[in-house]
Amino acid sequence: MEELAEAAVEGAIDAGAGYADARAMVTRTESVDALNQVVEGLRIDESSGVGVRALIGSSWGFFATQDLTTSAARAAGARAAEIARASATVSGAPMTLADVPINQAEWATPYTEHPFDVSLAEKGDLVVAVTRTMQEVAGVALARCEITMWDTDKYFVSSQGHRIHQHIVESGGGMDATAVGESETQRRSYPQSFGHYGTGGYEIIRGFDMPGNAQRVAEEAVALLTAPECPEGVVDIVLESSQVALQIHESVGHAIELDRILGWEAAFAGTSWLDVNKIGSLRYGSDIMNIKADATLPGSLGSFGYDDEGTPAQSVDIVKEGTWVGVLSGRDSAAVAGLPPGGMVRGDGYNRLPMVRMTNVGLVPGDSNLDEIIAATDDGVYMATNRSWSIDDKRLNFQFGCEVGWEIKNGKLGRMVRNPTYTGIGPEFWASLDMLGNESEWVFWGVPNCGKGQPIQSAHTGHPAVPARFRNVRVGVKG
Amino acid sequence: MSRALEVADKVLEMVARAAPAADAEVAVSDGHTALTRFANSFIHQNVGEADLTVMLRATVDGRAASSSTTAVGDEGLERLVAGTLAAARLRPEDPDWPGLAGAAPVPDVDHYDEATEFAEPAERAGIVKAFVDRGEGLLAAGYCDSEGGTRAFVNSAGQRVSGRSSRATLDAIHQVGETFHAAGKAHATSSRLADLDGSAGGARAAQKARDSAEPTELEPGRYEVVLEPECVGEMLSFLMFYGFNAKQLIEGQSFVALGERQFDESITLVDDVTDPRAIGTAFDMEGTPKRSLDLVRGGVSEAVVHDRRTAKKMDTESTGHAIPGGESWGAFPENVFLAAGDTSPADMIASIDRGLLVTEFNYCRILDPKTQVVTGLTRNGTFVIENGKVAGAIKNLRFTQSFVDALAPGAIRAVGNDARFAAAEFGMGIVHCPTLHLASWNFTGGARG
Repeated sequence: MEELAEAAVEGAIDAGAGYADARAMVTRTESVDALNQVVEGLRIDESSGVGVRALIGSSWGFFATQDLTTSAARAAGARAAEIARASATVSGAPMTLADVPINQAEWATPYTEHPFDVSLAEKGDLVVAVTRTMQEVAGVALARCEITMWDTDKYFVSSQGHRIHQHIVESGGGMDATAVGESETQRRSYPQSFGHYGTGGYEIIRGFDMPGNAQRVAEEAVALLTAPECPEGVVDIVLESSQVALQIHESVGHAIELDRILGWEAAFAGTSWLDVNKIGSLRYGSDIMNIKADATLPGSLGSFGYDDEGTPAQSVDIVKEGTWVGVLSGRDSAAVAGLPPGGMVRGDGYNRLPMVRMTNVGLVPGDSNLDEIIAATDDGVYMATNRSWSIDDKRLNFQFGCEVGWEIKNGKLGRMVRNPTYTGIGPEFWASLDMLGNESEWVFWGVPNCGKGQPIQSAHTGHPAVPARFRNVRVGVKG
Repeated sequence: MSRALEVADKVLEMVARAAPAADAEVAVSDGHTALTRFANSFIHQNVGEADLTVMLRATVDGRAASSSTTAVGDEGLERLVAGTLAAARLRPEDPDWPGLAGAAPVPDVDHYDEATEFAEPAERAGIVKAFVDRGEGLLAAGYCDSEGGTRAFVNSAGQRVSGRSSRATLDAIHQVGETFHAAGKAHATSSRLADLDGSAGGARAAQKARDSAEPTELEPGRYEVVLEPECVGEMLSFLMFYGFNAKQLIEGQSFVALGERQFDESITLVDDVTDPRAIGTAFDMEGTPKRSLDLVRGGVSEAVVHDRRTAKKMDTESTGHAIPGGESWGAFPENVFLAAGDTSPADMIASIDRGLLVTEFNYCRILDPKTQVVTGLTRNGTFVIENGKVAGAIKNLRFTQSFVDALAPGAIRAVGNDARFAAAEFGMGIVHCPTLHLASWNFTGGARG
């Protein structure tokens, strides 16, 4: 495959590109899902091709082909240059690329058990058995379980001399139980809503122990139907760590994408409330808020060896003791902003233009634990597992709903409440953060479906998180 | 014969040789997509792709597995067939397997324009330039795309159909100021790139952006609203996906009560691939001809869309709305038309003492499918209406609102005469709708939370 990427780059350069790079990729995917003991979906997908991007003037041109011949790859490179050149009709300042090390390298995801070595029969048995256990709880109408696994071979070549081969293996899944009432539905999920994923093999899925959690999840879904509504008001909230991960993703991860800050995503994903001139001085949150973007974390879904520009994976400080200090960037955006390139550019398959994406953007743990946080809370709500998420196009005004909540009174968990929601403004919310779980509760949550770009791209991102407490938050917003 | 049909036939023959007793469905898409993207008033990303994807669902003794590949050489297709058959044999038996669609003719539609499928980047750049040029002093951002190709479907029950379609969209904004603090939006979609008018869109977006330049804050609360087609398209997308979807109905998660007047009598909603304005081909992922459906007629919910699996469960026939991944998600209508009324948006505004004009919704997410309570925000132009006139721009608001309740009997004051394709959550060229004037909308938060 490497020779295809080389041919594509040569084609682009010969056609006039000032810079070109290409990825030749083969991605295989398996997914199995069951509803109420019936396997609904069993899919095996394979995509292979070459995607080449060419830089001319102010624009990237990109073209992808699935024709795995050197002549087709070369033609794709020439076409990418031709497309870039057409952008001159509406051009801007010439784009430059920040310098990065030129690497020739191999990298592979460590794994114990390759997910495709486990038979489809075993996978089918697992998802069916999990749904059976959930269905045995009276009142459960819908019991679902799903697992998905990816195996990607990626060859990266650039006109500056990069030659990198990576083999990335990812696995994960999840389950949920839904109880249907007269006027609403209630759902509980595990390990988190829409599943939890990581880089690694089938050992990730075995480690979830979904069968061992199925009954509890189902019972909680049924109990929610008759639980009282989350009260309206302004109270302290304690968030379970997967909800903290989602909070980070939406109100920090997207806001710090440099392409958004520069306006490159304005029409679709949006911009950001952040201004690069305020890096190093802007308060993002309280003193205990420390956020890193770390693509080197073992097992986390946003980990890799090199990004899709050939830049080595790195750990970058984003928020340090509450002060904003870093961004997610690539070679082009970093050059525009005068910042160091972060190695955070990835494309969704061979046929999508790489762009700035989150790696593993997460919280550095604190020094408490969940029991201590609840014990220290007089009046509040503990909320777990995301159910809905919405945030404005500058990543400020958010409203999130969780699957389940429990009242906290005088340092103890009280009754379960349904439809818990909370809303706020990002920096005000993060400024109210005053307790964090410790390293023993640190989970590298994986999100496999982060949407961005046009055509839309889905990225795999990681979010290390711990339970956290936020003070004086508006809860219980209703329609 | 098209290349898509040739490949589909070839894969079907390969399955027949490898497993004569297996049922097989082969769907092939073969086409070109291209997208020209701009920001800060210049083109920064410009992409294209030639794609041929083969999808195979094979069923052995009532055990089905699905696979897809872009490796369409002999070796890749052999791997596809062998892998699918092996997977099917390993899976648990499927008691809900509905069998294959029989041979049946599909509606004769032509929503294809060759010039759109093979449009050159210079043509899209020309449309972008026309849009950008109308916004002097503003920052333009958005995209113009064009795509087209052939879909083919064959199965071992004798169904063998193909069709072509194309689509082009201009979806873009103009913004005021370097902090992108106010914006105005324009959207156009057609089966023909030549129909897109960058200059008209640019003028509209620029005017909205300039009108939005100095927004004030407004207290959240319930307001009478005029919702432009992008808002309405978003609402209808949620109603389709979570409501008029037989799988959701079977699972008890849909709000739809067939035969009941759930909407205002001014609401008539159809799915009709034979409409000359429609985009797409006339058969679904299972090869079933798309049936034209009255989903809502005069406010009464009359039908939901089916694939073969849900049709079997409800003892009816598929309506031809199966989609990729439909085993898990259910069926989805892709040619939705909300009937236009006879009121102009200007007349709607003139009739309102105090209300809001909303250009677009942003980041809508459902809190519960059964109640259709959704939270989201306004975007790209939100204005206050006072004494029958647009009185000024306001900052974006958050809402938490049941989409069903918002369209309930008596809740619609007027239906616009300006129906067009609207940008919406699940894709372009899917929902065609007018502006709506609604009695009430629940805004639950503002710029300060």
